[in-house]
Amino acid sequence: MAKVTSLNVNGKKMTVDVDSTVSLLAVLRNDLDLTGSKYGCGEGQCGACTVLLDGAATRSCITQVGRAAGKQITTIEGLEKDGKLHPLQDAFIKADAMQCAYCTSGMIMSASALLSKNPKPNREEIISGMNGNICRCGTYQRIVEAIQIASGTT
Amino acid sequence: MNEQLDLTIGIESERYELFENPGYYFNFDRRDFIKAFGLGIVFIVPAARALAQQRGQGESGRGGSNERLPNDLGAWIHIDEDGGVTVFTGKVEVGQNTRTSLTQAVADELHVPIDSVHLVMGDTDLTPFDMGTFGSRSTPTMAPQLRKAAAAAREMLIAMAAEQLKVAPGDLRIVDARFLNHDKSKTLTLAEVAKGRKLVKVIPDDIAITQPKDWTIAGASARKVEAKNFVTGKHRYTSDIKREGMLYGKVVRPATFNATLVSVDTKAAEAMPGAKVVTDGNFIGVVAADQQTVTKAANAIAVDWKSPGQPSNAELFDLLRKTGTERRGGEGPRPQGSIVDVVNPPIGGGGSRPQGSIADGLVAADKKLEQTYTVQYIAHAPLEPRAAVAEWSGDQLTVWTGSQRPFGVRSELAEAFHISEDKVRVIVPDTGSGYGGKHTGECAVEAARLAKAAGKPVKLVWTREEEFTWAYFRPAGVIDIKSGVKNDGTLTAWEFHNYNSGAAGIQIKYDIPNTDIRVHQSNSPLRQGSYRGLAATANHFARESHIDELAHAVNIDPLEFRLKNIKDERLRDVLQAAAKSFGWGKAKPASGHGFGIACGFEKGGYIATCAEIAVEPPSDKEDKSNKRVRIVRVVEAFECGAVVNPLHLKNQIEGAITMAIGGALFESIQFENGKILNPHFASYRVPRFADSPAIEVVLVDRKDIPSAGAGETPIVGLAPAVANAIFNATGLRLRSLPLIPKGLTTG
Ligand code: FES
Ligand code: FES
Repeated sequence: MAKVTSLNVNGKKMTVDVDSTVSLLAVLRNDLDLTGSKYGCGEGQCGACTVLLDGAATRSCITQVGRAAGKQITTIEGLEKDGKLHPLQDAFIKADAMQCAYCTSGMIMSASALLSKNPKPNREEIISGMNGNICRCGTYQRIVEAIQIASGTT
Repeated sequence: MNEQLDLTIGIESERYELFENPGYYFNFDRRDFIKAFGLGIVFIVPAARALAQQRGQGESGRGGSNERLPNDLGAWIHIDEDGGVTVFTGKVEVGQNTRTSLTQAVADELHVPIDSVHLVMGDTDLTPFDMGTFGSRSTPTMAPQLRKAAAAAREMLIAMAAEQLKVAPGDLRIVDARFLNHDKSKTLTLAEVAKGRKLVKVIPDDIAITQPKDWTIAGASARKVEAKNFVTGKHRYTSDIKREGMLYGKVVRPATFNATLVSVDTKAAEAMPGAKVVTDGNFIGVVAADQQTVTKAANAIAVDWKSPGQPSNAELFDLLRKTGTERRGGEGPRPQGSIVDVVNPPIGGGGSRPQGSIADGLVAADKKLEQTYTVQYIAHAPLEPRAAVAEWSGDQLTVWTGSQRPFGVRSELAEAFHISEDKVRVIVPDTGSGYGGKHTGECAVEAARLAKAAGKPVKLVWTREEEFTWAYFRPAGVIDIKSGVKNDGTLTAWEFHNYNSGAAGIQIKYDIPNTDIRVHQSNSPLRQGSYRGLAATANHFARESHIDELAHAVNIDPLEFRLKNIKDERLRDVLQAAAKSFGWGKAKPASGHGFGIACGFEKGGYIATCAEIAVEPPSDKEDKSNKRVRIVRVVEAFECGAVVNPLHLKNQIEGAITMAIGGALFESIQFENGKILNPHFASYRVPRFADSPAIEVVLVDRKDIPSAGAGETPIVGLAPAVANAIFNATGLRLRSLPLIPKGLTTG
């Protein structure tokens, strides 16, 4: 079976030793101890595991690690720069856009991909861009507001 | 009559949920505390029950100097040498932001900034016994207890500071964690008072706590404490915990519910390098060093199960009605705290003594109405599935798990492994939500079983499919209502039978001279248990739909009809507040739109909900003959006494409304012959961004009334408001939840 031995995660080259068919989520969480990306369904339905692959929002639970090798992988742990929170992270705190917060990292990663494609989305664009992410606590209204704060569209 | 009813409700919610008596007590003495905390000052709060007992025995409860500590403790607060305040409570944080509201209460009373207070929650070795975090009890019971502790601590600290500064205690106050005398010529910090001390103080019971109108930190909005840990992904939920040498576990599940094991062949799995199989009765599990291997090994186990024939959705409501046995108010047996009872609590009591005569009431009516309403089973589907990490060291067991009952799970573990409870430690990290779905400890027991066999720590995280199948469900139910009304809108008779879904929220605030309200307990084909608001959603849906039908039968506006029959001022206030913000009666709905209203009461909270819906053509992917219903706008007014944190109260209410959309429109567990047919988010639809309406929350703040919890009741108003709005838009009366699992058939 083909092996993957290194990954580019959050700007750093990391050494791993895993089968290429293992899910990227399992490798991030279990082998690299980057547990900010969550398991919510393992079926691409909830978005809790969202990471960026070369900037594109990707469900890491249904992505084989082999497909991520050679790409730039960004996880929630990679958003903070020099001790400064990413504007979306600030905005989620400001809008209090979380209850149990289990969905939060996936939400922020999906939103960051959305904003890099479309820096000033309107409400409809936010809703359709984020519709693959589930917040079971039902904080959607606040998440929309947080994305509006971060994109300066409030 | 109302007083008596309120009493019944109070007893009932406890009967249904809070039935576990503490089976053990902390046997800490002063030295243990000093050993555990080191320097600083510990303030100990006897539990509310212990205080009541002390009072009964004629003691004052003042215990500042006695050596023996009360053996039933509610909480404790430690002030360390740096002036940091740590509060220990057995409550847990499952997304309802109890951590924040309890932090606010302590900071408010102690006059220190919020960020100098840290809560240690839900750790059976570090925190006092607590029955569990459910039933909306944290705010009404734990917050006042912690307030008392903090208020007493403040007074004792002031006395100590006064001694240090050589001023009269009456001359000192605390502002922002500093002690100041009248002209601020003498000051001390909290740290300076705590420095070098080794004190354990029991707080007196007769301390006055700050009244809501004088709150400074509580009563104002505060964001989630420690929010930064969550937006950066740093917080470790149970499923994120890693221990030295930890293995991953997996359980091989039976083919159906109630299946028995006929034979199992584990050879292929055993042959896989690194995999270890554990069988024990009906239990089959595997561990391995990585997730991939454990999944492969589990799949390689060949099992033959024998399954009995079992009911399906098609027979559900007949079955519930047929097997229903009646329980009248207060007659139900008091359940014991075993796992079976937690999951299938006898519904017990909850009806009330009949008032007047239904026959007379129907004779007096101009219009009579008889209708049946149904609700399906639904799943909690917390985004973090059940998870546990178990670690044995000799015969000592430590388990991290997301549970709303850490001490209950400790009992389950002790029982399962025949060890005493003091050998078991359960730690509940802040958890990825529960909604009443995480009361039981099966995942913890499974992880501990695997860890014991493996001789290594084991992590077990249920898959989404397991969570949808092997957890428990919100009860399904059938509700029959028979009623009478006069042409002028006066209600004359109300007969209400609830089969299986339960008693929560069944009592009425309508003034009706003849009532007969009963609860029937049925044989539930699926495992059922607590859920946010319990049966209150079903009972409100049936009642508020029926009230709407009656209003239409006598041609009276639904709001006016309600106000005519409700005397309770608190309920009238929320109804009027919601109607006003919604603009009820001001404008007609646009074509294809409809307005609906509903109101109710449960667990100390009063609620009124107005909804606007729109009937729209189906999307390309949907069945052409079925239209879509979009909830456009929801206005909900809520009153639960004094508001502790307006921001989080609003957040809870918005969340409850959003969650309610699922149960109202499309959530429904499909089952057949012991199998769940839709155990995935792809087939079990939960509300998403696109389903979420514009939500406006109107808070009615009653500073003169003690705060009640708010995590549950705001969920009950949406379903009936939406059903009534659909009727308003289309003339179709939908009497089953979910209302439109496949869209609206306008036929
Ligand atoms: S865990 Fe990947 S989409 Fe749900
Ligand atoms: S905050 Fe709990 S799932 Fe989103």
